[in-house]
Amino acid sequence: MRRTGPPALLALEDGSVFRGEGFGADGSCEGEVVFNTSLTGYQEILTDPSYKGQIVTMTAPLIGNYGINSEDAEAERAWVEGFVIRELSTIASNFRSHEDLHSYLLRSGVTGIEGVDTRALTRRIREQGALRGIVSTVERDADTLVDRARSIPHMEGRNLVNEVTRRREAMWDQGVSTAQFLPEPGAFDGPIFDLTVIDFGAKWNILRNLTSHGFRVRVVPADASLETVLADGAGIVPDAVFLSNGPGDPSVLTHAQNVARGIIEKGVPLFGICLGHQIIAHALGGRTYKLPFGHHGGNHPVMDLTTNRVEITAQNHGFAVHEDLFKDGQIELTHKSLNDHTVEGLRHTKLPVMSVQHHPEAAPGPHDSLYLFRRFRDELVARIS
Amino acid sequence: MPRRDDIHSILIIGSGPIVIGQACEFDYSGTQACKALREEGYKVILVNSNPATIMTDPETADRTYIEPITWQAIEKVIAQERPDALLPTLGGQTGLNAAIDLHEHGVLEKYGVTMLGAQVDVIKKAEDRQLFKDAMEKIGLNCPESVVVSTLEHAMEVVEEIGLPCIIRPSFTMGGAGGGVVFNREEYREVVTRGLMLSPVTEVLVEQSVLGWKEYELEVMRDHADNCVVICSIENIDPMGVHTGDSITVAPSLTLTDREYQIMRDAGFACIREIGVETGGSNIQFAINPKNGEMIIIEMNPRVSRSSALASKATGFPIAKFAAKLAVGYTLDEIDNDITRKTPASFEPSIDYCVVKVPRFAFEKFPDADSTLGSQMKSVGEAMSIGRTFKEALQKALRSTEEGYAGFGLHRRDPMLTDNPPSREEIEAHLGRPNGHRIHYLRYALRSGFTTEEIHRLTGIDPWFLAQFEDLVATEDTLRAHPALADVPDALLRRAKREGFADAQLANLYRMDEMAVRADRIARGILPTYKLVDTCAAEFEAATPYYYSTWEDECEARISDRPKMMILGSGPNRIGQGVEFDYCCVHAAFALRDAGYETIMVNSNPETVSTDYDTSDLLFFEPLTLEDVLNIHDRLKPEGVIVQFGGQTPLKLAKALEDAGVKILGTSPDSIDLAEDRESFAKILDDLGLRQPPNGMARNSTEALEIARRVGYPVLVRPSYVLGGRGMMLVYDDESLVRYVRSGVEVSDDRPVLLDRFLEDAIEVDVDAICDGENVVVAGIMEHIEEAGVHSGDSQCSIPPPTLPKHVLDEIRVAAEKLARAVEVIGLMNVQFAVQNEDVYVLEVNPRASRTVPYVSKAIGLPIAKVAALAMSGTSLPDQGVTHVPVPKHSSVKAPVFPFNRFTGVDVVLGPEMQSTGEVMGIDADFGIAFAKSLMSAGTHVPFEGGTVFLSVKEEDREAANYIGEELARLGYGLVSTAGTRATLAAAGVEAELVHKIRERVRPNVLDLLTDGKIDLIINTPTGRGARTDEGKIRAAAVEKGVACITTLSGAAAAINAIDRIREAGYTVKALQDYFAPA
Repeated sequence: MRRTGPPALLALEDGSVFRGEGFGADGSCEGEVVFNTSLTGYQEILTDPSYKGQIVTMTAPLIGNYGINSEDAEAERAWVEGFVIRELSTIASNFRSHEDLHSYLLRSGVTGIEGVDTRALTRRIREQGALRGIVSTVERDADTLVDRARSIPHMEGRNLVNEVTRRREAMWDQGVSTAQFLPEPGAFDGPIFDLTVIDFGAKWNILRNLTSHGFRVRVVPADASLETVLADGAGIVPDAVFLSNGPGDPSVLTHAQNVARGIIEKGVPLFGICLGHQIIAHALGGRTYKLPFGHHGGNHPVMDLTTNRVEITAQNHGFAVHEDLFKDGQIELTHKSLNDHTVEGLRHTKLPVMSVQHHPEAAPGPHDSLYLFRRFRDELVARIS
Repeated sequence: MPRRDDIHSILIIGSGPIVIGQACEFDYSGTQACKALREEGYKVILVNSNPATIMTDPETADRTYIEPITWQAIEKVIAQERPDALLPTLGGQTGLNAAIDLHEHGVLEKYGVTMLGAQVDVIKKAEDRQLFKDAMEKIGLNCPESVVVSTLEHAMEVVEEIGLPCIIRPSFTMGGAGGGVVFNREEYREVVTRGLMLSPVTEVLVEQSVLGWKEYELEVMRDHADNCVVICSIENIDPMGVHTGDSITVAPSLTLTDREYQIMRDAGFACIREIGVETGGSNIQFAINPKNGEMIIIEMNPRVSRSSALASKATGFPIAKFAAKLAVGYTLDEIDNDITRKTPASFEPSIDYCVVKVPRFAFEKFPDADSTLGSQMKSVGEAMSIGRTFKEALQKALRSTEEGYAGFGLHRRDPMLTDNPPSREEIEAHLGRPNGHRIHYLRYALRSGFTTEEIHRLTGIDPWFLAQFEDLVATEDTLRAHPALADVPDALLRRAKREGFADAQLANLYRMDEMAVRADRIARGILPTYKLVDTCAAEFEAATPYYYSTWEDECEARISDRPKMMILGSGPNRIGQGVEFDYCCVHAAFALRDAGYETIMVNSNPETVSTDYDTSDLLFFEPLTLEDVLNIHDRLKPEGVIVQFGGQTPLKLAKALEDAGVKILGTSPDSIDLAEDRESFAKILDDLGLRQPPNGMARNSTEALEIARRVGYPVLVRPSYVLGGRGMMLVYDDESLVRYVRSGVEVSDDRPVLLDRFLEDAIEVDVDAICDGENVVVAGIMEHIEEAGVHSGDSQCSIPPPTLPKHVLDEIRVAAEKLARAVEVIGLMNVQFAVQNEDVYVLEVNPRASRTVPYVSKAIGLPIAKVAALAMSGTSLPDQGVTHVPVPKHSSVKAPVFPFNRFTGVDVVLGPEMQSTGEVMGIDADFGIAFAKSLMSAGTHVPFEGGTVFLSVKEEDREAANYIGEELARLGYGLVSTAGTRATLAAAGVEAELVHKIRERVRPNVLDLLTDGKIDLIINTPTGRGARTDEGKIRAAAVEKGVACITTLSGAAAAINAIDRIREAGYTVKALQDYFAPA
């Protein structure tokens, strides 16, 4: 049956105010308001640590339909600051669902607002760039909320990794990816490689996919030293290192950049996704810049310039790598966005370094880019043979 | 890779006449493809037998052949045009089957024609049940357990393994024709037998039933570089067991997690790759077990389809246009997204609204047909709507179907607003058996206290949808709690509007006038907003003005200061109102755009060319109701609105629109009404000195009997204000007349019945004319082949008239001109005449576009809808250079196509009630050959080479039938007849073999001969009607066997003439462009 939520407001730094009904936890939440155009996968989005510091608007208007289940989370908790939608489903209908979205957000302490003209909000963000905003079910004065929105720190210069990374290193033992309809044949053939993942807010499906592709995955915190990354307590040296996705501005992550540079200099194979890709770009002497409203969705066309194939990708990033990285020819552009021609992937021409901006692990999103895990693995296989 | 340079000319095969399962979506896709290929510089050669299409306009392709879609006729086109390539995937199942035929008869090889898009083996792999199943198993996809059988004996063995219920699917039939779900052995035997007969390869698939599983479709595109994208996912609200064409569907899918959805997407790509569709769009259907997520693949169509048209309209992504570009070598990333113009087509649309499609049925036309929905498609049309929420989209879609519903309940005759709601038993019966009204019974059930669990058990509908229906009922309850609209708080009214409640629903609930609701709502500042369909959920700016209404904060309508004209479309296809009217609306848009206006199209039918965002300057995908039209009008303030091109749908709104201050272009609503008002109309005819059959108008049965006695039987009765002869009947006696008036139609003071003396043995004539208020041009005079009494939409007719003498034609022409001026027509006018013994009677005047407008335009080589639109916007006929239409030197014969094969057991006799779904045209220098071509195009299997004819006519026709018998004998046909006809023939010296009537109980009877394939043609003028009569059974069996059945003597005579001519000279093909080439 329909529930009636408390009146809620979404106020933006530009002074605009959207009215709706609250759901999830009562309260106020602040962050950079971004929109995600995925049609499915709200559970994965809510639990993606890369959304730390952000309030997510879903452009798909009907949310919560299939509830929350125990298999599709990307972290042990919800990470978005707030959630803005057009209409919350009154029930959860799916054989895997064990909880409805409202209850889940309530339990997770996340404030949501429904009934919002999310398309108007999206158009505003498209035109003005991502905006700082605040959702509240407690403060009813719009002007007060707008003022508060203006005092939220800008995303540029923000280090949010420390808030989402794990505190202690651990071996990943939560299984493999099961979401593909066709397992890639032979994914498990051949050697098992030792891999260190530096956790800047890693999505579980990355870890699952790495495991699926024959990696023994050791996850270390973001502040791990180069030595820790390159040898575990028992002295096992990884065959390769992986830099995960994560929230915030990559340019302020100097420790991570230094560690990455160290790994590259030692010639240890390195793969990065999203924030990891941006950190690698910095380590290679490049820079990043903030996109007006980022790429958040599951329908972004990317061309793999090494094969000229188009892949439809899952994306979630607010910053991008500057193209001047490719000027001297040391670094090769491997992937580019067909929508706005921004950098989507790179590799070093001499050293075993590759990274992509988009999310081959999908979750949510298409599986077109899964081959990248395979490609990473194949390179390691080629190195030992 | 850019376009292929090794080919220069491309043949496209259209889908032919509109039939159930294949409607105007293929005009939309074919027209897009022709345009796209010509843009690329290819010469496009088109074959399509359907004149009522934009596709067959001479401007659409370089060479347009309105010829039969048979491999023999297409071979002649190929021999003449020598195309380099054939693109077979745009003409539906018809186009695909024709392409396979061409291949199998070696035609493509002989002339070196390359197939584009999909090769024959690919098509076969997708369409042949067993090959498909094998292919899917190879890639690890499950299909329902199934066995292909080609004999009944084998089928009886197979059923032991598969179990009942099971599904029967004949191979290579479209829309699942001949298939169905069967629950018992008797049904099983019957449906398998029929399926084997209908399948061109005598093969059916017996399949495990997955009744109750969730059903999904993916629209997938692939380019030759193997890039694949999903354009749209579609979820069926009606679970497995109801054909997707008959299901209420939503886009995008709403109850799948990302994990489930992506698994389906992976499976879709694996399928299209394994089947090997090189380029283009495919539709792939899946079923998912709601209990555990198990997924099976049901089928794949390796071509554009009804669903791809829906997906195009639902997302803004033009699938057919891009499929054509991919076929000639482009890759998806080389094509620009039309709507954003910045991003490439290699992406997957994201939509920030909900789309609902609701089918439209025509069971009222076929009372004998079983209205239970199953695996064989039965709907004749569909409406689509767009809303920000499912609730809003559903209500808009339901009011778009124009079946008397204003949304999800609260319609004028809502039983839940009366003291007599449907009983629990009635509700249960309507929930358990899928049918066209089930959606409304869902509401009755919720309002009557059924729980969603009970409803789920009865219907299998996903609980998410049931919860949505419950939400709507809850809002209705909240509204009902207020005694009057004035008491409803603004917030609640706004919520109701946001959930799609129409002003009309509120008016019915609060028993007030709809316009009063509207005024109150506007006074409260509750107004709709318009949002764009942009393929990308607002991530990029959209260039294309494709809008839908919703009740949000921000309105995105970009309004220029250019003068605007609004065209109201014709809504969902139905019998009597189909693609012909869409054709007219499209022409109006083209003409007015050329004349410098900004054109606004309003329509709710996703299959159409009119709802292509390229057709008009502004497209509003909206229900055609007073509220929705006025809302757009308020916002855009057009100079005028065209109501006369979209059939009854906009005409019904004309008066109310005018009353609300809307300027109606062209003929005024009063004049339109005048023609319907019997008394005023009789006076006009008197004043003009024109004859009318004796007639009258009755408001009750006493009046009806009086009139009948005055005018004499037989009498043609019909309700006022109908199109397509709805409810029209020929009655021969008092008893039937009283029965008619008392039942069936609603007769009242407001809605009288019309009675006309029926003119026996008269020839009916249709005239289409254009008038600018002063000047009249008679565009086409069509002589019907069937006698008067057969609905004009169901009759074959010819331009020019083959038998009427010149002085009669002159009289008709003058009468039409007088009428146009008297009724003050500005625009189009259709007049029906009957000629009895050279006396001309006026039967009916319709001052609006008629069904025959496209046919006339093609026959005379003048786009009369365009001319009329310009006349309506103020350019006189002389200023347009249109003063006279010469009688064409060639003959164009229109033939109707019927859906009888969809409704098994239904009698196929023609009468005053229109039953055809579509039409074809045969065109040739010779009338006989044009007639023969029209029969070939209509799929009527005339045995031109010879065979056995069953000739049986009613007593009054016996004398005349002798001529038919003599001619058939002369042509070498064997004759069989029942006793009466045989005796008359014998007296005239014609020998016929005796065959027993069914009721004579002596075997073999005529039905046996028919079943054994011993009869090749039936000529039977009916004495009785109905599925239970002997004759009805014979005719129904003929339909099942695909034996042509001619039910009028004039039709028989024309057929004999056609046989004669074809035997003499064969036939040739000629492009439309050549018929009208400057000498």
